Amino acid sequence: MSAMRTILAAALTTTATMAAAETPVLTVYTYDSFVSEWGPGPAIEKAFEAECGCDLRFVGAEDGAALLARVRLEGARSEADVVLGLDTNLTAAAAATGLFAQHGQTFAGDLPVAWADPLFLPFDWGWFAFVYDRTKLSTPPKSFVELGASDLKIVIQDPRSSTPGLGLLMWVKDAYGDKAPEVWTALADNIVTVTPGWSEAYGLFLSGEADMALSYTTSPAYHLIAEKDDTKAAAPFDEGHYLQVEVAGKLAATDQPELADRFLAFMETEGFQAAIPETNWMYPAKTPAAGLPAGFGTLIKPVKTLLLGSAEAEALRGPALDEWRAALSR
Amino acid sequence: MARGPFPLGAAATAAGLALLTLGTLAVVAVRAGGFTPAAADWSAVRFTVLQAAVSAGLSVGLAIPVARALARRRFAGRGALIVLMGAPFLLPVVVAIIGLLAIFGRAGLVNQALTAAGLPPVSIFGFHGVILAHLFLNLPLAVRMLLQGWAAIPAERFRLAASLDFDPAATFRHLERPMLRAVAPGAAVVIFLVCLTSFAVVLTLGGGPAATNVELAIYQALRFEFDLGRAAGLAAVQFMLCAAAVALAGRLAIPTGFGAGLERVARVPAPGGWRRTGDAGAIGLAAAFLFAPLLAVLWRGAPGLLALPASVWSALARSLVVAVGATALSVTAALVLALAVAREAPGRRLFEVAAMLPMAASGLVLGTGLFLMVHPFARVEDLALSVTLVVNAVMSLPFVYRLLLPQARALQADYGQLAAALDLTGTARLRWLVLPRLAAPLGFGAGLAAAMSMGDLGVVALFAGESGATLPLVVSRLAAAYRTEAAAGAALVLTLAGFALFALCDRGGRWLAGT
Repeated sequence: MSAMRTILAAALTTTATMAAAETPVLTVYTYDSFVSEWGPGPAIEKAFEAECGCDLRFVGAEDGAALLARVRLEGARSEADVVLGLDTNLTAAAAATGLFAQHGQTFAGDLPVAWADPLFLPFDWGWFAFVYDRTKLSTPPKSFVELGASDLKIVIQDPRSSTPGLGLLMWVKDAYGDKAPEVWTALADNIVTVTPGWSEAYGLFLSGEADMALSYTTSPAYHLIAEKDDTKAAAPFDEGHYLQVEVAGKLAATDQPELADRFLAFMETEGFQAAIPETNWMYPAKTPAAGLPAGFGTLIKPVKTLLLGSAEAEALRGPALDEWRAALSR
Repeated sequence: MARGPFPLGAAATAAGLALLTLGTLAVVAVRAGGFTPAAADWSAVRFTVLQAAVSAGLSVGLAIPVARALARRRFAGRGALIVLMGAPFLLPVVVAIIGLLAIFGRAGLVNQALTAAGLPPVSIFGFHGVILAHLFLNLPLAVRMLLQGWAAIPAERFRLAASLDFDPAATFRHLERPMLRAVAPGAAVVIFLVCLTSFAVVLTLGGGPAATNVELAIYQALRFEFDLGRAAGLAAVQFMLCAAAVALAGRLAIPTGFGAGLERVARVPAPGGWRRTGDAGAIGLAAAFLFAPLLAVLWRGAPGLLALPASVWSALARSLVVAVGATALSVTAALVLALAVAREAPGRRLFEVAAMLPMAASGLVLGTGLFLMVHPFARVEDLALSVTLVVNAVMSLPFVYRLLLPQARALQADYGQLAAALDLTGTARLRWLVLPRLAAPLGFGAGLAAAMSMGDLGVVALFAGESGATLPLVVSRLAAAYRTEAAAGAALVLTLAGFALFALCDRGGRWLAGT
C-alpha cells in the first residue's frame, strides 16, 4: 500500500514537473481589486494565456503601497516576474530599490502627459476628482478655494494609508506649493473624516454622510453604465486635476525575462486595454480601436492636468504630510 | 496547594504564542536599523492610551448596572436578549461602522429626529465618535463578563444575605462589590487592549489626523516608508502598554473567596420599587443602543442579498472551515493555559503574560513577521488559509482565556483537593470535572472565537492569491469594485453566519451547564 502510494506520488510529481517544463509560469504581483472577479484580472489572464502558451498567475496584495512593500520584503528572491499596479507616487521609491529592470519599450499610448520612464510602463490612468450627487448639490465648488469657503462636507482618504489619499496630498501641493497649508486649514472644517482607504470614503459618500468624496473623474461612469444611474458627477476644478498613472515594471531577478517583456508589450494592446474601462473604471493607457464605452463620453475632461515627477513627489511627500497633519490636527 | 508536575502542554502553548507575537516582531526588527520615536509618535501613543482608557472605563462602568439588572431580573426573552447582546462585539468592524452611521450619522435616525424637532444636528465624527463606537462594540462584552461574575456568586451566599435581612445596599457591599473587584479589572483590561490596537474605527470615525493611533503609525511605517525598524519599535511600544495594563489589572483585582456552593442556580434577590424601574431602564437603554445599529445592518444588507455573486457561498464555506478550526485550536490552547495557571503550576506568571500577548500584537507586524518566516520555505499563497486559521486562533485566545480563568480558579479552589484525593486525573478529570464545570465559559469562549474568526479580515489580505478568498475578503473586494449594495449583502451574510456560530456554541455551553 505504502509502496503503491510512493509510486503514485512519484508519478504525479513527474507529471507535474513535465507540465511545468512545458508551460512556463509568469507570476504577476498586483493589487487585490485587480485580481478579484470584478476586476480586470480574469479577462486579461484569459487573453494573455491564449497567445503566450504560458500560465499567467496573479498574486494579489492589498493595494499599490502593500505591493511595493511585499516586493521589498522579498527582495531578489521574489517569485514575481512583473509588478503591476504601482502609481507615480510610488515609482521613485520602487526605482530606488534597484529591483526593477528596464523595459526597453517605447510607450505609444494615450496619456495626457508625456511618458519616458525607463523602468515602468503605464497600463491605465485617471484624474482625481471630488464626486457629488447632482440631485443634492446643484452648484458644486469650482476650486479648492471655493470648497474651503463653502460649508460642504467632504470625505477624503488618509495619505498615510491610501494611494488616493496620497494623490490628494500631491494635488494640493502641486497646485498651491507653499500655500498648501492655507488650503488645508480652509478645508479642515469641510472634512467630515479621513478614512483608511478608498472604499470606506466612497461608501460614506454613497450613504449620505458627506456631500462629496475624493475619487476619480471616471467614478460616475460606473453608476451610469452598471447601475443606469446618472445622478453622480465629478466636479471640475480650476486648478487642474492631479493625475494617477498606474504602471507595471519587470523585476531584474525574473527567471522569465522574455515572457515578462512579452507581457509588458501585451499590456499596451487591445487584449489587455479593452478590459480596463469597465472593470478598473479608469482610462486605458491606449484607447481601444472601438473607442471608450458610451458612458465615458459624459465624463468631465479637465482642461489642465497636474502631475509631479516621481522624484519630486517622493521628496515632497514628507514635508507635505507634516503640513497636512499640522493643518488638520487643530 | 498541589502544584503537580511541570505543565508541558501549557509551556508549549505559551512558547507558540510568544513565537507568533514577540517572534514575528523580532523577525521584523532584525531586518531593520534603529528606531527613534518622533514627536508625532508620542502624540499617537497619548491618543491611543487616552481613547482606550476612556473606552474601557465607560464600557465597564456602564456595563455594571446593565449586568446587575440582567442578573437579578427574570423576564420572557431574557435568554435570547443575553445571546443577542453578544452580537455587536462579533460584528466585523466595517459592518459595525455602517450600522452606527445609520443611527448616529449625518443622515441617520438621531439626526433626522433632531432636525424634525428643530434642533441642530450632531456629528458622530471625532473623539466622541471613536468612544461611541468602542462602547457599542465592547459594552456587550463587558456585560457578559460581569454577568458571569454574578453567576459565580454561590446561591448560598445570597440565601445567607436574605436570612440576615440585607437590604440591596448591604448586598452590594458584601457580595456584589467584592465580586466586581475580582472581575471588573480583568474585563477593563481586555477592553483596553481591544481598543489599543483598534484601527478602522479610530481612522474612519476619528475625523482626521488628530485621531492618529499607534496602529496607524505602524501601517504608515510599513506601507509608505518601508521603515521596518520604526514599525517594530512602535509595535514594541504597544507590547509595553499591554504589559503595563495587565500588571495594573493584576494589582487591582482581588479574588472573592466566596468558597464553593452546592451548584444550585443562583437567584439574585430582585428588589422592587424604584430599583425595578431602574433595572428596566438600564436593560431598555442598553438594548436600544445595541440593537438599533444591528437592525440598520439588517435593513441595509437585505436588498443586497439578491445581488450576491456565487463566490460569496464558496467564500462562506471557506470562512466556516477556518472559523471551526481556529475555534478548536483557540479553545484547547486557552483551556490548557487557564488550567495550568489556576493550579498555580510552575511558570504560571509567564503563561499569564503569554495568554495576553496577542491582544497587544499589531496585526500588520504579526502578518509581516509571519510572511518573513514563511516566505523562504513555501509559497505564501498556498498557506494563506492555514496561516489565517492559526492567526485567528491566536487573536481570539486571550478572550477565551480570560473567560475561562475565573471559573478555572474557582474549580481548583473548590474541587482541586477533592479531585486529588479521589485520584481524578487526566482524561477522567477533564471529562467528569473540568468540562462540566466549565461548560458555560467554554461555550461562550468558543462562540466568541468562532465569530471573531469569521469576521476578521486578518492576515488573509496579506497572503491571499487568486482563489482562496474568505468572506471578509470578498466583502472588501465588492466594496472596492463599487458594488456597495452587494458588499452590504455579503456583510450581512457574514454577520449572520458569525452570529449563528456564536449562538450555537454559547447556548450549547449554557445548556450543558444548566443555567
